[in-house]
Amino acid sequence: MNFTLKVWRQANAKSAGRLETYAAKEIPSDASFLEMIDIVNDHLEADGKEPIAFAHDCREGICGSCSMMIDGVAHGPVKGAATCQVHMRSFKDGQVITIEPWRSVAFPVLKDLVTDRSAFDRIIQAGGYISAPTGGARDANEILVAKSDSDSAMDAAACIGCGACVAACPNGSASLFTGAKIAHLARLPQGQPERYKRVELMVAQMDDEHFGHCTLYGECQAACPKQISIDVIGLMNRDYIVAMATKTPDMAGASGHG
Amino acid sequence: MNMLLTFWRSTIGKKVVMGVTGLIGLGFVIGHMAGNLQAFSGAEKLDAYGALLHGPLHELLLIARVVLIAAVILHITAAYQLTMISRAARPVDYAGRKPQVSTLASKTLKWGGVLLLVFIVFHILHFTIGTVHPDFVDGKVYRNLATGFEVKWVAAFYLVAMIALGMHLYHGAWSSMRTLGLARQSAHPLKRYLPVALAIVISLGFAVIPLAFLLGVLR
Repeated sequence: MNFTLKVWRQANAKSAGRLETYAAKEIPSDASFLEMIDIVNDHLEADGKEPIAFAHDCREGICGSCSMMIDGVAHGPVKGAATCQVHMRSFKDGQVITIEPWRSVAFPVLKDLVTDRSAFDRIIQAGGYISAPTGGARDANEILVAKSDSDSAMDAAACIGCGACVAACPNGSASLFTGAKIAHLARLPQGQPERYKRVELMVAQMDDEHFGHCTLYGECQAACPKQISIDVIGLMNRDYIVAMATKTPDMAGASGHG
Repeated sequence: MNMLLTFWRSTIGKKVVMGVTGLIGLGFVIGHMAGNLQAFSGAEKLDAYGALLHGPLHELLLIARVVLIAAVILHITAAYQLTMISRAARPVDYAGRKPQVSTLASKTLKWGGVLLLVFIVFHILHFTIGTVHPDFVDGKVYRNLATGFEVKWVAAFYLVAMIALGMHLYHGAWSSMRTLGLARQSAHPLKRYLPVALAIVISLGFAVIPLAFLLGVLR
């Protein structure tokens, strides 16, 4: 298969970038999208040109590295798949394919298609964990979890932090990511003691990273390679309302230091 | 106070304010629509309803007006601030972003809202204060409707505004329940049935009045 690529090229975080056109020739239809770029890069390197920089790691849809906007759609045309799980047979022969990095003020472009998504790490660091005392491991069945709770917690925990939700959102909102991280702990007994402090701190961090707000377009859910439901946003909002409504003045003074 | 300020400063807090004030507006338009439909029971009935609101129930009317004005101001302030936050969230835009599931209603929510604001101001000047009405007579509600809708472009503007209202409600009524965390978990969270019915009933419920006058059903 042959394609024409329009790829965002940007030398570093400070320089201006632009779309460059490349020919991708004789690509096997069973090549993954990343393998297609690998082939193009081999030719670029053979010609002594700078290869296209893109982030990748597991290439099996679980690491969340291979984030790119393919023809205006986060992770490309295949539903419930990361870019690495998209194959060239999903495109038409001779198609012009535009490839851009995620666009968010919180995800600065480092080079070409590679963005810095540390903002997500900082949201997790703000409260996306449970504090557990060290000591002997507790018996696995000591804490009973309803099947429905465990299922919905696992659905939320499927988030790989790729950033497609932010990338696809018309508002550049991180609500699906933050909601998923809050929901997967809020739906389990282990997450209960710090539930409301967690949502307060994580939402504050999400706003501090300058992500946009949620209008419930639903684009995040459509873009998510793990098909996480916008239900998690409702849970986050409800918990945030409860957190704010039940906050005591004492806690108010301590906020931000948790 | 600290908590309220933190809440208002957060994007979720502003969305919650928009949801609550939107639902206040929804409650109002349902009542307003029900009141309007009395036009089909004749001039006496409608004028008597107007006299009831401005007479024995005038304190209730005053409270409703204060609440509504506060709700509109909060709704617009939050919408404006959130729009600015979202614009700043994507300083470099895509060469092309293709929406996958966004509805026309969600895409037009912002400017539809602006249109509704313009309409509300016009509507108050038209039928409440009467300054943009060609022949306004205080208390003659039915007569004011009839003479007001004789101006064709005005009637057309009302109809356009009611389409905008229906679309605004279609997205807003649905999304506010999700914003407030009141919606149940769903396997298909984007599917909505009640908001479709609500939007159609309300926009049609309002639109039948100018339509009836345009078509001569009411005169």
